[in-house]
Order: sequence, then C-alpha cells, then structure tokens
Amino acid sequence: MKEIATFKNKESSSPKLLKSLEEAIAKCNLKDGATISFHHHFREGDLIINAVMDVLAAMGYKGLTVASSSFSEINAPLLKHIKSGVITGLEGSGCRGELAKGISAGLLAKPMIFRSHGGRAAALAEGTLKIDLAFIAASVSDSFGNAAGVYQGQLPQGVSPSYCGSLGYAKVDARYAKKTIVLTNTIVPYPNVGLGIAENDVDYVVLVDQVGNPDKISAGATRTTQNPKDLFIAKKAAAVIAHSGFFYNGFSLQTGTGGAALAVTRFLRDMMKAGEVKARFALGGITAAMVQLHEEGYIEKLMDVQDFDTTAIASLAKNSNHFEIDANQYANPFDSGALIHQLDVVVLSALEVDEEFNVNVLTGSDGIIRGAIGGHPDTAAGAALTVVVTPLLRGRIPAVVERVTTLCTLGDYVDIVVTDRGIAVNPRRPELAARLERVGIEAVPLQYLRHLAEKIAGEPEPLPFGPRVIAQVMAPDGNLLDDIFEIDYE
Amino acid sequence: MMFVPGNQPGLLNDASLYGADVLIFDLEDSVALTEKDAARTLLAYALPKLDWGQAELMVRVNDLDGPFGLEDLEAVIKAGAKIIRLPKADNAEQVKNYDQIIGKIEAELNLPINSIEMLAAIESAQGVLNAKEIAAASPRLMGLALGAEDFTADLGVSRSKSGEELLLARQMIVLAAKAQGIDAYDTVYSQIDDLEGLAEETKRAKALGFRGKSVLHPNQIEVVHQVFAPSQEEIAQAQRLLAAVEEAKVRGSGVISLDGAMVDRPVILRAERIIHMAKSLNILKGEA
Repeated sequence: MKEIATFKNKESSSPKLLKSLEEAIAKCNLKDGATISFHHHFREGDLIINAVMDVLAAMGYKGLTVASSSFSEINAPLLKHIKSGVITGLEGSGCRGELAKGISAGLLAKPMIFRSHGGRAAALAEGTLKIDLAFIAASVSDSFGNAAGVYQGQLPQGVSPSYCGSLGYAKVDARYAKKTIVLTNTIVPYPNVGLGIAENDVDYVVLVDQVGNPDKISAGATRTTQNPKDLFIAKKAAAVIAHSGFFYNGFSLQTGTGGAALAVTRFLRDMMKAGEVKARFALGGITAAMVQLHEEGYIEKLMDVQDFDTTAIASLAKNSNHFEIDANQYANPFDSGALIHQLDVVVLSALEVDEEFNVNVLTGSDGIIRGAIGGHPDTAAGAALTVVVTPLLRGRIPAVVERVTTLCTLGDYVDIVVTDRGIAVNPRRPELAARLERVGIEAVPLQYLRHLAEKIAGEPEPLPFGPRVIAQVMAPDGNLLDDIFEIDYE
Repeated sequence: MMFVPGNQPGLLNDASLYGADVLIFDLEDSVALTEKDAARTLLAYALPKLDWGQAELMVRVNDLDGPFGLEDLEAVIKAGAKIIRLPKADNAEQVKNYDQIIGKIEAELNLPINSIEMLAAIESAQGVLNAKEIAAASPRLMGLALGAEDFTADLGVSRSKSGEELLLARQMIVLAAKAQGIDAYDTVYSQIDDLEGLAEETKRAKALGFRGKSVLHPNQIEVVHQVFAPSQEEIAQAQRLLAAVEEAKVRGSGVISLDGAMVDRPVILRAERIIHMAKSLNILKGEA
C-alpha cells in the first residue's frame, strides 16, 4: 500500500521518537552482557553517560561492557555500577579521575581495553569491537534521527541547544552499532542533514532534559594555558617546527590536547604571518586558535573530528570550510583515505617519554591511569613530523624516564621531544637534527635529559604494581601493545 | 629583574628558564612570617646547587630592624648571592648599616672587599626625598629601585594606569641614581594579564631613564625585553667581546682582554645576556 500521509504528519508522529529511554532500550532488545557505547564530545560537561547508566542499573541490567570514545573525571559515578556488577567491562581511549583510580585499584571484573581513536574506528570496521547499542548524545535531532552537535539554521526564540560541535567519534559508533539511540533536548525540523549522523544509522530518538554543558568542554586537558612553562615549551616547539623543513606554504598541522601542545598554534601564528606560510588544513581536535588562523586566511580548511572549545563549535556551524569528519576519515590506520596519512606536523603531549622515544600518555608516574591515548599513536605514526612536548619535571616527578610506565606510542614514530630543558631528536631522523643545528637549535640526547631530571628530582623508586592485569593498551592495528597492572596505595 | 618567592621549590627550579637578567629571590613580602626560616634554608641550599644560566643572583632580605634580616644576609651571601636588594631604604643611615654588616660578612667569608653589591628599593615619601643621600651612602650600591606599591600606600593614593602619582618619584630616583653613576630600575606592573599596559608603562620608564624593570611573572619578561632591546651597536660590541673570550679559550689563556682592557666575569655575563636577548627577540643579524 502506498503511504499517503503528508510528511508533516509523519514528522509529528514519527515512530522513532520515543518519550522514555526505558522504552527505547527495551525496543532495542538489550541483553545482559551486551556492549553499549557512548561518545565523549561533551568531555567534562557530559550529562548523558552517567544518566543512561543509572537508568540501565535501575532496569536491572548486569555484566555490561561500556565502550565510550573516552571517559572523563565527570564519569566517577560509574564506579558504583562497577561495584554492583552492572558494568563488568570498559573500553575507551582514556580514563581520568576517580573512575580511573578505581580501575587501577582492580575494581573492574575484566581488564579495561584502551584503543586510540583510529584504532577504535579500525576495530569497529573489522568487527573486533562489536557494539550492541550505541547511545548518542546529540545537541539537536529531528524526529527521524538526523542528529548533530550544532545547528546551522534559525531556531525559534528561547530554544538554545547545548552544542558540542563535531560528532566525529559518535558517527562511527552509529554506523557500526546494531542499534542506535539518539538522546537530545532539542528537536529541530526535518530534514536536519549536513552535519552529524544521518537517520539511516539511528533507530530511536529520545527527548531528554539535558545532554551536556558546553562550557566544560574546554577544561582540564583542553584548557587554554597561561602557565609560563607551558608557554615556554610551546614557543620552543613552534621554533623547532618552523625550522624542521615541514613548515612550508601549504603544510598540514594537528595539535593534541595538553596546555603546551595546544599553545603551539598561538606561536606558529606569528611565524605563519611573518613568513606568509599558510596551512592547507588543520586536523583533529579544533581550537579557537585554529579558528582564528582559519578566519584570518592562514589555515584553508579545518578537518574537525572534535571541538575543544565553544569558538570551534560556533565555527563548525558558520564557516563553510570547517568540515566535520568521522573517526574513520580522521585516523583509521588501515584506511588509506584517512587524513592522518596526509599530515605534515603533529604536536602531542606526554606524561612520560623514555630513552627510546616511547611515549606514555595513559598512566602517571605513580602507575595510576590518568590520561587518554586519544589520537596520539595514530597521528604520531601518520605525520611526517611528530613533535612531543613535555616539561622535564612535573613538580618533582621526572617526565623523561629510562622506560615508560605504559607504552602508548612507539618511539619509532616520535621524531622530536621538546622540553623546557632541552630538545632531543630521534637518531632515526638525523636530517632533522642537522636542519635545527643550522639555525642554532642544538639537540641533546634523551639520556642527558633523563639524567638532568634525576639530578634535580632523584631517581624514582620502582612502582608497587600487583600481579593482576587491569587494563590493556591496543596499538592502532589492534595488536596488544602493553598491559597495565593493578596498583593500590590504600 | 624577576621576583621569585624564596619558599617555593618548583618556582626556584624553573626560575632560570625564562631569560630574566636578574633573579630576585624574595625572602621578604612573598614569604609568610611562619615560613621565614624555611625559605632562608631552602634558598641557601638552592643557590649554589641549581643551574641559574646567565642570570645574576639577587636576594631581597628582610629588614635588619626585624628578627630575620641578619640571618638572611649571612645565609644568602654564604650561599652565593651577589647582590642584596634592601627591603626598603628611607634614609642613608639604613643603607650604611647594611653596608657595614655586609662588609663584616664579606670579611668573615674572605670575599673581596665590596664584591657584594646592593640595590636600594625606595618605597616611601621619605625615601624619595632622601634619594640623593641614599644613592651616595655606599659604594656597594649598583642601583636604586622604585617600589610603587608601598610608595602609593604611603601617599594614600592608588596606582593609576597613567602613573602620574609616581612621576616625580620616578624622576627623582633616576636623577639621584645617575648623579652617582649608578642605574635606576622601575617598579613591578602588577596586572599580570595586561601585557599591553605593561608595555606602555615600560616604554614610559625607559623614556624617563630607567635601565630596567622588575617583573612578577615570567610572561612579563619578553615585553620588558622588547622595550629594553639592545641596540645593534651593543650587540656588535657583545659579539666582539665573546669572540675575544673564545679566542682566549683557544689560546688556553685565562686572561681576556679587549681593546687593551681586561674583561672580567660580570662583563662577560652581560655580553652573553645581550646576545641571548637579541636571539630571543630575533634581532641578531647574520643568522636566520
């Protein structure tokens, strides 16, 4: 029979639009022991992950594996669901705060799996990570599930959605999950296409009171730093990049999270303007500093998998050369179409760097999980020039060590380490050291920096790890890179 | 000249990173009464141990009238401080008192006579009126500095952006210093986030004859350096001097001379700082 109702009538009575989350979950036929997923685009402002887990706990679910693109400090309440057996597995690119401490103390039944953003995209495409039900917080959605993190049209007076910008990580979840539920507090007119997730990948839309607080996206690892040491390191890193041979008119750039890494853009701006050096594109997490360069004509295109502040979110909505890309386009190592393969320069942070240039971005020097691998190993491997920035010491904790506590990015992919006390160039890249030396930037061996750190802070004691593996770090290609063992100071 | 609180190990450790010409380790206003002994002990330990790069080391000690000043002086001079910043100088008598006590410590430590220099901070109406006598009170004085926060408090006025309430004090301090052949250093700019305001104030201070400025935060250093950037003549002279040092090294000679005059260590340090500043400001010619 031919459908003869008007689209307007269908829109107002969309069978996908449900009033209660419980109903949507039941319709998706979620079972105990299933794998569910979330995204972390609201970062520390996320209000969905904890709320949905509370609902699932109240519905009596047990043994769930929660695969979020990352976990933040705000997710500490998940600990109670771990203790009660609602959650027995976790997977993500990072974990911070009390939740991370609980994982490190061995509270979770199964080892947590850490994958990079590109690694997750690959695992989803290959079926290594199977999501039964994806919960996607969306700033806006129409009643058929065309959902996005920002809205480009005019909204009625008084309607002010909570924007998170790009839904880059959520897009792959929606595509590969067996079922997908969009949660939003703002229903917009159909068809809400162009940005975000298409209705084809969405099963149900649930209207909720709140999805997230955009003001808290730019907190913690994505803050804008005024710390003089961060700025000092960022300035040095910018000078290194400028003389690396990869700073040319038409180059491509990415900066990772962390005060110093994000601040590099501010210093590159002066050099780009002075030398009329323009970037073809900037990739990954987009910041206000990048938007400024874009609007000034110094970065042609912004390729945005996530937004680190409200300026970047607004730019995604208004600037026609600011594009939303998904995690697969961003960083899937097996997809030759991923943009990381065209990246010239990436600036990344580190919790620890060792003498082999290996990087740890996941565990602190106390052995406790406290960070995120994000796109670190993906972009380090993809970029022609990988610059890692770190202070030599954090307080009295050396960041340059003999051997990293947890291996997250292989030293083979790290070309230059910039610290406040010296710059080290990977011996695999002698041409870089030569170029820097020509302009008076002298490199030192990482061993020298390690000894300098130990001279000031003393040699660190071995960490009191227990025998049990509480987390596993997967390389972007899906192979096991390192185990993280339990550690409990209490 | 950057103030560094004397009781914070992390800040001490990083203080030399940012290119300050002089580090002023503070035992006075930034250290709470209950922390005075700890700060002195920490600083006495850190001064000889850490690498301070090219910075000159100055310590602001507590007032000799109080219970901490004398111990401060003994500890920090022994630890290698080369310049003592007097907490406040209201009159010449106070300066002479410091001079004598430092002289005694010098003798006890077998240091060359008058090798420890002093910087007198003028922070009161009385101090400004006595600036001429203060500047002449001791051969140790390498400069006078204005302490504007205490000075404006003494006047009962607040500090303005344009700084007219400080104008006469600034001019009197510059005059008193120059009349004695020493330098004058301007007060701190306490709005740390306002780098434009800092640049404006620094330009005015330079125009009045100040030789430098005290700063509270590393982010302020570059702005001050830009205003006080060395001239191309100064850079060229510094390069010649450092070339002479290199040449002496090659010859294996410990004696360095340039244009027939002996060159001692403070002059070399100054030349290194000029080149360092020129490099960091990208005004060093002949390099990319």
